Amino acid sequence: MPSPRYWREVPSRFRLEAVRCRRCGKPSFPARTICPACRGTEFEQIGLTREGTVITSTVLHVAPDEFAMETPYAVAIVETPEGARLMAQLVDCEPSEVKPGLPVALEFRLIRQEGHGGILCYGHKAVPAGA
Amino acid sequence: MAGIVGYGAYIPRKRIKAEEIARQWGRDAASIEKGLLLREKSVPGLDEDTITISVAAGRAALDRAGIDPQRVGALYIGSESHPYAVKPSGTIVVEALGVGPRVHVADFEFACKAGTEAMFVALGLVESGRVEYAMGIGADTSQGAPNDALEFSASAGGAAYLFGREALLADVLETYSYTTDTPDFWRREGEFYPRHGGRFTGEPAYFKHVLAASRGILEKTGLKPKDFRYAVFHMPNGKFPLNAGKTLGFTPQQMETGWLVPTMGNTYSGSSPTGLAAVLDVAAPDDLILITSFGSGAASDSFVLRATALLPERRGRARTVRSMLDHPTRYLTYGQYASYREKIILND
Ligand SMILES: [Zn+2]
Repeated sequence: MPSPRYWREVPSRFRLEAVRCRRCGKPSFPARTICPACRGTEFEQIGLTREGTVITSTVLHVAPDEFAMETPYAVAIVETPEGARLMAQLVDCEPSEVKPGLPVALEFRLIRQEGHGGILCYGHKAVPAGA
Repeated sequence: MAGIVGYGAYIPRKRIKAEEIARQWGRDAASIEKGLLLREKSVPGLDEDTITISVAAGRAALDRAGIDPQRVGALYIGSESHPYAVKPSGTIVVEALGVGPRVHVADFEFACKAGTEAMFVALGLVESGRVEYAMGIGADTSQGAPNDALEFSASAGGAAYLFGREALLADVLETYSYTTDTPDFWRREGEFYPRHGGRFTGEPAYFKHVLAASRGILEKTGLKPKDFRYAVFHMPNGKFPLNAGKTLGFTPQQMETGWLVPTMGNTYSGSSPTGLAAVLDVAAPDDLILITSFGSGAASDSFVLRATALLPERRGRARTVRSMLDHPTRYLTYGQYASYREKIILND
């Protein structure tokens, strides 16, 4: 069964749609209904730029079964120019290259398959800028 | 007049060299490199498919056009490697591009010709006034059976073309299609790899259709090969397009810019469209461009285009084909390649 949660998250997963708090200006990704910074409840819709900077990262050597063919790989917290942060797998690079401050581009990729016959789940991964 | 208002391409960053594939099967690499003029080919990651390639190319096309994606009224993707057997690729691509939901979407198939087929239909809808903008995409992540000749060429990549009536980067002056029923290459439902008719794929299939469509459009426009600055022909290997062009009277200089196959491989539905993108990356205003695709089964679509003064201004808004082709990030061993192409079967 396709997961209803994946389908609901299509605007943020596919288009990087986020919101910015009208009271304190903090961006939230994915969109929230209450601002985690000031408890504000009014937001404006924003689209995140498809680029950012690595804030922190880690390298996975032991992964869940479905990602076993990809190890080792890096996962990072990436901050976009709007100040929103998201977690993304780093691809098309050596895991050892991934360091805080690395500029990255966010690319649309297959994230996972729901089993052999299930749906394909897409979203964004990061690649070093200019790669 | 209708024409191209935006274009973009995407080529995965991994490569495998022809000599690495040849070594695996105890074949002579030099004879393959000389015979087919193939040195290396692109390999998609486990997370790259026709959908992700289409999104990357489509985003670049929208960036170059600089239009609101909501104004795109139709989007078609031509591929022979749509990830789902039943469920369109196009629905995922329009959501990712921010197009729709008021949009007409379909997936096209016609072996390697599906990309220009999508372009042809998108152009026609814009010309008729039915939609304001329409996008046609050709993309593939094709597979050749292990140790088959196709394994040296079948690669991954694609290009997207956005058609409109204003702020054109290239005018489409004419189109021409030539189609016959020819069983040169096929894959039955449920079969994993395609089958081909060996030598039968050459004269009665590729050359017959590419030459007929190209001659047809030259006659229809009254243009001669020497009037063109660039010519792009479908690239199943290095030799076929050069031989077809030579027979028609085109020079190697007219063909070299769009002749990407020696280091890209055959990207099937993405082949001639990506060659055209490489030409638009460098063409000067008023340059005339011929592109002729080929799809087994069999048919060719030809287009004659003329670059506009706006093209040089806009192309810097997205990555060029050469920048993607000339900077691979990793060369794979055959073992890595086999696992990336899922030729190794794992238990669930
Ligand atoms: Zn707030």
